[in-house]
Amino acid sequence: MSEVLKAVIVMAVITYAIRLVPIALFTSKIKSKFVKSFLFYTPFAVLGAMTFPGILYSTGNIYFSMAGTLAAIITAYCERGLFKVAVSAVSVAAILGYIF
Amino acid sequence: MNGYYNIGSRLDKNSLDDFKLGFRQGIPVMMGYIPVSFTFGLLAVQGGLDIWMAVLISMTNLTSAGQFAGMNLIVSNASLTEISAAMFVINIRYMLMSLSLSQKLAPMLSIFKRSAIAFGITDEIFAIASLEKRVITFPYMMGLILTPYWGWAFGTLLGAVSTSLLPPLLQNSMGIALYAMFIALLVPAAKHSKAALIVIAIAVIISSIFKWMPVLNHVSGGWAIIISTIFASAAGAVLFPREDENIE
Repeated sequence: MSEVLKAVIVMAVITYAIRLVPIALFTSKIKSKFVKSFLFYTPFAVLGAMTFPGILYSTGNIYFSMAGTLAAIITAYCERGLFKVAVSAVSVAAILGYIF
Repeated sequence: MNGYYNIGSRLDKNSLDDFKLGFRQGIPVMMGYIPVSFTFGLLAVQGGLDIWMAVLISMTNLTSAGQFAGMNLIVSNASLTEISAAMFVINIRYMLMSLSLSQKLAPMLSIFKRSAIAFGITDEIFAIASLEKRVITFPYMMGLILTPYWGWAFGTLLGAVSTSLLPPLLQNSMGIALYAMFIALLVPAAKHSKAALIVIAIAVIISSIFKWMPVLNHVSGGWAIIISTIFASAAGAVLFPREDENIE
């Protein structure tokens, strides 16, 4: 088996195990108000931490990335959905890259 | 979090209706996944992976940040131990999401069905499912996961085969697509809920500190995300405790 294939299998197994264990084990409801609130805020926190500052380094030019970020925030504020937001950010970064 | 997702937010007892509701909510996620998986396929083939290997990674991993990191490690000949550790750290957030989702599932759901749902837990699918107002059923989750899964695989294939066709400038700019998708989920939530806004702000501030502060910037990106997530979620739970299960 090639080294690459081994690595891909390792990636898949670890990623799946992480997703599987909690959902398979916790079949009863958690009572603690703190834990429930904590879990409610998790998606916002994790997405926020992953987006920023990572997004500034996503196109190879920090200024084009900033402009793309701004475009994404404006389209997202108008609640245009995932696809349009992604396309607007990519377009702005690409157009600026083309001009400068 | 009213209006976080405008699509009908009501689960019916009927399995087919549940499936259809999930399916409808999955379509925008699939649309968002295409440019991101396209970018992944593009970069993987540029890095030297075979086209089918790039598609295999997408079909077995179904994770944005983890795949990009894993692919980079493979391309740079990293050891299996290093790849394992990186996967664990970057993807450990799914553990929190899986735990959170376990609380919204019908308690009687079989282990087989739970295992199938677990495979499809991504940031976006989790965000949508966790904002659904009622108990989450198996058909709903299968409908929700279906099109994003195939969109992710298909986008990877498209990106992988078009490596030589796309101008380098556009290839660079595609890198922002993944983050833009996260913004598409965050901004409407922050717009409608002060609590969400503050939790997001805290997470962003902490992760920025880990990026730019001397000493702390030696912490790897994966750990920085975990620490930021735990702090920001805990702050949210202390500042804005949730009275009940409702999303409102």
